[in-house]
Amino acid sequence: MAKRKNLGRDIKRYSVCYFMVAPYILLFLFFILAPIIIAFFFSFTDFNMVKFPPDFSGLDNYIRIFLEDDDFLIAIRNTLVLACVTGPISYFACLFLAWFINELHPFLRAFFTVCFYAPTISGTLYVMWGFLFSGDQYGILNNVLMDLGILSEPYQWLTNTESMLPIIMVVQIWMSFGSAFLSFVAGLQGIPRSLYEAGSVDGVRNRWQELFYLTLPSMGPQLLFGAVMQIAGAFSIGATITALMGYPTTDNAALTVVTYISDFGSIRYEMGYACALSFILFVIILATHWVIEHIIMKYASD
Amino acid sequence: MSKAKAVEAVDTKKLKTRKRQKEAIARTWWGNAFVFLFLGLMAVFMLLPFYYAIMQSLKPMEEIFAYPPRFYVVNPSFNNFRSLGILTDSLWIPLSRAIFNTVFVTLAGTVCNVVVSSLAAFPFAKYNFPGSQFTFKVITKALLFTGAVTAVPQYLLIAKAGMVNTYFALLGPAVAAPMGMFLLKNFMSQIPTTMLEAAELDGASIPRIWWQIVLPNVKPAVLTLIILCFQSLWNMTGGNFIYEEKLKLLPTILQQISSSGIAYSGAAAAASVILMIPPLFVYILVQSRVLETMAHAGIDK
Repeated sequence: MAKRKNLGRDIKRYSVCYFMVAPYILLFLFFILAPIIIAFFFSFTDFNMVKFPPDFSGLDNYIRIFLEDDDFLIAIRNTLVLACVTGPISYFACLFLAWFINELHPFLRAFFTVCFYAPTISGTLYVMWGFLFSGDQYGILNNVLMDLGILSEPYQWLTNTESMLPIIMVVQIWMSFGSAFLSFVAGLQGIPRSLYEAGSVDGVRNRWQELFYLTLPSMGPQLLFGAVMQIAGAFSIGATITALMGYPTTDNAALTVVTYISDFGSIRYEMGYACALSFILFVIILATHWVIEHIIMKYASD
Repeated sequence: MSKAKAVEAVDTKKLKTRKRQKEAIARTWWGNAFVFLFLGLMAVFMLLPFYYAIMQSLKPMEEIFAYPPRFYVVNPSFNNFRSLGILTDSLWIPLSRAIFNTVFVTLAGTVCNVVVSSLAAFPFAKYNFPGSQFTFKVITKALLFTGAVTAVPQYLLIAKAGMVNTYFALLGPAVAAPMGMFLLKNFMSQIPTTMLEAAELDGASIPRIWWQIVLPNVKPAVLTLIILCFQSLWNMTGGNFIYEEKLKLLPTILQQISSSGIAYSGAAAAASVILMIPPLFVYILVQSRVLETMAHAGIDK
């Protein structure tokens, strides 16, 4: 940013700008930014909704989380496993599907875009997966597998500890073609034809070379935006788990940091502890984003 | 568009396709076959729950209980849609109240978000006022913080402000969501600065330029924002903020029905089919505008 010579004069000159941004900024400060700051401060207290003002407890919450709380270890492990699987898969699935449909006839392209984006629009339809994976005699998957002779008796997909995380991954990937996918589809459409024509003259021969040498490097901004959306989604898995499997899940096999936060926040009312958990999740998300951002920028700027 | 211009546009289009056929980078037939197979399989996977919901909603009672369960419906009937009315009659609060709540919150939230976001996006896009770059960077970072993550501290704030069990608790976070501001700012950056400078020379104030020049030029982005807002507000359950029965939203009522077991699965499916139609319909109507906007969704470095 260029150094300003006359800060006071600039502020005066643009005063009407401040009035225009004020309503949004005030709402943003109160509903989005303040919660993060509050989480940070309350994470050093024993705030529990009953005792006010809460007592300062230093690092007690953090010590308890990292050294004494065995459930947190399960939650963080599950969260990381889910994020490491659904994050990259959903990111690359968005990218490749957008790339595949890019060359189709406009009508087919619109059709597939609606297909993939539909789960995002129909917010609560994921509860239907509950019926498909149901463990009772009406579960569709069990019946198909029993007809094929693969299973001899119904398998409890939603309550058996081994199958819970894979099912959440399937449902989460199904739901993950959101704004990142749309921005990839649109970004691919925006790449000028002349780039490919020049590429074919320069000896780019097949579609893989085209993707890696021409398409992706010119999509830096979209790739960054997609990463933000998919990282945020991959670490916030919680509502789908509670809706499909309930809370708590068998042996906490599908406990994630998000469901653990809402346990402390809206069941046990240990708000200080919940805030500490929230803040740890903020830091993990920010750190992941920082790393991914650098990888993408290094790649896209070459 | 004038006729001459239209002819010109068609001609260049033809020219482009001809050129493209000649110089396009080679595509193998098995590569194309693989792409189509993969897309087809993915589309089936994506549409599976939709197909199941529609079939289940049309099944009469005896087919819902038929064993083994069928994946298609033999005698389609609208009984589930009718029984939905009877089921919801037994609730404390009539269904019409939940419908009103959801429609009101969706409309009010969408209008407020569009007005507030576009008002703020314009100065961020076109005027380098002190603090603007840093503030916008913070807002872009805030795209990372989903509702699931900020839930508890947000609840504390909203409870302290006495907004639990009011529409404000639902509308506030929705209007403050950074996505709309971010999209509009990026789209507005594309407007040629010379156009704004000309208006300024003619004596138009910044708010007037916003209203008369900028807004008409960002219609696709505004439409996109309407879609995104509409679908997220329409599907909102109200979760932590709404405990009073008369303020409960439609998706919450749906969840209550669908958690009542297999006997109500037909009615639950009918409810989710009804619920998904409005946002899906609105999206299909304006999808080309949505893509136009999302092309500018990138984060510049």
